[in-house]
Amino acid sequence: MKTLLEFEKPIADLEAKLVEMKKLAVENNVDVSAAAASLENSIEDLKRETFSNLTRWQRVLLSRHPDRPYTFDYIENICDEFIEIFGDRTVGDDKAMVGGFGKIDNQTFMIIGQQKGRNTKQRQKRNFGMPNPEGYRKALRLMKMAEKFGKPIITFIDTPGAFPGLEAEERGQGEAIARNIRDMFMLKVPVICVIIGEGASGGALGIAIGDRVLMLENTWYSVISPENCSTILWRTWNFKEQAAEALKLTAKDMFENGLVDGIIPEPLGGAHLDYALATQTVKKVLLETLEELNNIPSRERILQRIEKFGKMGVVI
Amino acid sequence: MSWFTRKDKGINTPTEAKREAPDGLWYQCPSCKKVMHTREHRILAYTCSNCGYHEKIGSQEYFELLFDQTRYTELDALMSSGDPLNFVDTKNYPDRLKATEKKTGLKDAVRTAYGKMNELDITVAAMDFNFIGGSMGSVVGEKIARAIDHSLETKSPFLMISRSGGARMMEAGYSLMQMAKTSARLALLDEAGIPYVSLLTDPTTGGVTASYAMLGDFNIAEPGALIGFAGPRVIRETIGKDLPKGFQSAEFVLEHGFLDFIVDRKDLKDKLTSLFKMLS
Ligand SMILES: [Zn+2]
Repeated sequence: MKTLLEFEKPIADLEAKLVEMKKLAVENNVDVSAAAASLENSIEDLKRETFSNLTRWQRVLLSRHPDRPYTFDYIENICDEFIEIFGDRTVGDDKAMVGGFGKIDNQTFMIIGQQKGRNTKQRQKRNFGMPNPEGYRKALRLMKMAEKFGKPIITFIDTPGAFPGLEAEERGQGEAIARNIRDMFMLKVPVICVIIGEGASGGALGIAIGDRVLMLENTWYSVISPENCSTILWRTWNFKEQAAEALKLTAKDMFENGLVDGIIPEPLGGAHLDYALATQTVKKVLLETLEELNNIPSRERILQRIEKFGKMGVVI
Repeated sequence: MSWFTRKDKGINTPTEAKREAPDGLWYQCPSCKKVMHTREHRILAYTCSNCGYHEKIGSQEYFELLFDQTRYTELDALMSSGDPLNFVDTKNYPDRLKATEKKTGLKDAVRTAYGKMNELDITVAAMDFNFIGGSMGSVVGEKIARAIDHSLETKSPFLMISRSGGARMMEAGYSLMQMAKTSARLALLDEAGIPYVSLLTDPTTGGVTASYAMLGDFNIAEPGALIGFAGPRVIRETIGKDLPKGFQSAEFVLEHGFLDFIVDRKDLKDKLTSLFKMLS
């Protein structure tokens, strides 16, 4: 564990104590197995207690954990083969939006997602996972290619938002996202969307129209980030915790409100603690979901997709 | 070459209007400060006779401008917002809704209607900025979706008049999904080959721009309207410098290729009629 969030520290302290205890035992040739087992139990209990009682804001922090698996980590861990495809064929290649054909257990998928960077240099290259219009157009180009070759589509959503820059406006950020949303509804192939980190607003929705939209346990998805919500409604950043509560933006909230189709569990303590387990769980869910969707005729799937989103909303 | 159509008589001139204006009601243009009679201003479709400034108007004014003899049938006139998230910021959401309803006489930020425009059938949705900044919540999404359904059923062209600051934060995830809901219906309208004109008025930003407002067969705008995805303040903070003059104006957006044309509100009804007749 490289980075520790505030609520991860007490657990890390106990884990360090356990390591120390085992080391001393070896050095002094004493049997500490009973004490170690008891400490291990305490660690497990503390983990369980901590992670079943997280506030919404703490989930937001987990979704942004710098060690969390990103789109390429999922691709690397679940694909046997992957060919990355670049460019929107108009302006350039957006490094914040990646994609390509990948093979998972003999099934070819088109896999597309926002990509964040791990260090300062990468973060800049990936523009912090904030795509420009080219990114959305690249994503749509890849989706239409998948449709042409009859391959199902997976999208991984992980963005603090579409990039609010000057050039992004000049090149039609709004139009690019709008077109993606509309055209994704008519894709003839199955579309599975997974929120793997942050799902901020239109920038997320621009690749999140699917037959199934799933959220990993420690992610958020809403119309605005808690910080920006706080700034607009309270005129200061300081109410981000309250804003997170008010927005009801966690996987559990969104599922209970019928705004996403399911929650994918993460390893205890978060996906960043066990990439293998986290990614294999996602892989299993993807393959099962595809099997389910393959049973539905294409036109029917499109109409169900439209109807599903059509039901979202509460009016009197 | 801009738009032209040969016709027998032109629109009313300011002089005629002035003569008919009742006394005592004056409008001052916020842009050039010219004072004119409210009646003259209304006859000019709420634009300034001197500088052409387009005053911000709401659904009622658009319906009066567009529908023949102001005759139209409103759809879902009584639909109003729930409070699915029990949202509380500095105020309860239901209290905010009640106060806004009382202040504006509106049920939410969009009204939808159908009727005749120069004898052509048309379905219109027009947003009201006065209602919580024209923000898009469940009511806005649902009413637009149903208006599109009406358009599909009657095979009448759909006109969407947007004026919005973006999402209704108090409906959070529900608000976001209205972008999807409305775009889904527009996909069906597109498939059915029914014309969709999106008119962007001052201002149109955020989630509305990133969904139905930018999905017209024709995306058109009123002169000078602010149009963008991100608001100017956010962009200024992101890039850390001042924005060029005219950035995100309708004229700027047209130059960058995202608008089909800009239309003076005085010409809106006749120009739309011309367009729909050419397509039929
Ligand atoms: Zn003026």
